[in-house]
Amino acid sequence: MRGRYRILLGMAAGVGKTYRMLQEGQQAQVEGRDVAIGYLEPHDRPETVALAESLDVVPHLRAGHGTLELNEMDVDAVIRRAPELALIDELAHTNAPGMRNEKRYQDIDEVLDAGIDVISTVNVQHLESLNDAISELTDVRVRETFPDRILEQADEIVLVDLTPEALQERLRAGKVYAKDRAEVALQNFFSLEKLSALRELALREVAEDVGARRQAAVLDPISQIAVAERVLVLVTPEPRSQRILRRAFRSSERLSAQLDALWVRDPGREPSDEQRTSIAALRRLCIVLGAHFLEVESDDLVATVRRTVYERGATYVFVGTPNESRRREILRGSLVSALVRELPGVDIRVVANRADRPESVS
Amino acid sequence: MTTLDLGLLAVIAALVVVAGAAFVRRRPPRGLAAPAGARRILVPFTGRLDQTVLDAAIRIASAEEAVLVTAYLLIVPLRYAEDAPLREEVNVAMPLLEAVELAALRAGVPVDARIEKGRTPTHALRKLWDVERFDRIVAPAPSNGRGTFTEKELAWLLTHAPAETVVLKPAPIT
Repeated sequence: MRGRYRILLGMAAGVGKTYRMLQEGQQAQVEGRDVAIGYLEPHDRPETVALAESLDVVPHLRAGHGTLELNEMDVDAVIRRAPELALIDELAHTNAPGMRNEKRYQDIDEVLDAGIDVISTVNVQHLESLNDAISELTDVRVRETFPDRILEQADEIVLVDLTPEALQERLRAGKVYAKDRAEVALQNFFSLEKLSALRELALREVAEDVGARRQAAVLDPISQIAVAERVLVLVTPEPRSQRILRRAFRSSERLSAQLDALWVRDPGREPSDEQRTSIAALRRLCIVLGAHFLEVESDDLVATVRRTVYERGATYVFVGTPNESRRREILRGSLVSALVRELPGVDIRVVANRADRPESVS
Repeated sequence: MTTLDLGLLAVIAALVVVAGAAFVRRRPPRGLAAPAGARRILVPFTGRLDQTVLDAAIRIASAEEAVLVTAYLLIVPLRYAEDAPLREEVNVAMPLLEAVELAALRAGVPVDARIEKGRTPTHALRKLWDVERFDRIVAPAPSNGRGTFTEKELAWLLTHAPAETVVLKPAPIT
């Protein structure tokens, strides 16, 4: 059986990921589990070194690279040692040339396949999908990246969080880098603005992961299809449609549903300048909301809505309070009644104008 | 035809008239529709809109029989494409926009609300007035480090706005 994979994610070096990994290893050892360090990057931090002392370390491989001698994790030795839990630092690391795997996360994959649980660490800037964003934010192009699927495959992702101010304090105190290097870091990568942005990215990444896992845990794929909701909102080129579209969006958010906005345009009738402005504004709002704007020319509103509902798989239809007079309603029928009649199995919601509601009831 | 028949007919006719009147009676207004070509007053804001500024903008719109275009300026962080959907940020903007819209409608002023995005408030504004006509702009002045615009942005607004611009000082913090 494949081992359990737990990733400790941080916004930047120095937040305490390695320290936390070692603490968790020690705790597991106290609880009676066999724990070994597969690879540790102590970064010459005395606190980290001290914490690692009580844990068994699998000897590293020494790999020559030009004049340099590099330490790499010995995957085979870790698998032979077969601890219940292996602590392996910095999963995005690129191995020295000549090693079996190019990247450490590939080494970790082998360890997991051997049925060994792994705790590993990584910073958010190494995530492949964020590479451009990180480069734009920090002016630093991160070379050591890892694919997003690694986070998706992990059993648990834990955010190791620290406020940007606290991390800067740690830097100034020489707890992350030597003091001369720390000053340079504070001016560049570790500025308050950049750290805040990186922290936001890390928080967002973990939040999205939690959301996705919860969704997956609650619903199996067949159930997801069965309960999938899709909202269709009918809009017209008038200001109130902004409100109706916003209201539909809020409901679609609560339902975790996709949102489509439909404008049924009268054939042969050119919209006025004001109507064009309204439609352009609705299109822009759809982009902000991540909704789809559909424009159909037809003189049969109800039939068009019916066709769109079934084509798009809509389960809810939002419509503004109809403007039709009672006379017209009697003579030609009410839009809402027609929708209810023509759309069996679809919820119809009439969006009222809150300003029409009496302010107080006496 | 007897007198009784005539009376009965009169009663029926009266009932028909009453029923007809009820039948065609106007419903309560569903929001407010602005007349075609009405003046448009833009009130841009981010984060929050000071009540004093909102009240003043509503009074001006009411006096000019204008449409109030309240525009929430959504700032798109650099890490997102400019046309990326911002669902989370929109969720913050919406209740605010709803409250502002409600206050204006209750005061009898038609509203045409917007959510406009850009890299900065001024960028979002410029994009908006590039595609829409405004006859007046009502902008909140910076106050005690809060408000929609910084002093620099306000200076930009006064220089580049395509319409008469009124800058209103928010109420002091109490």
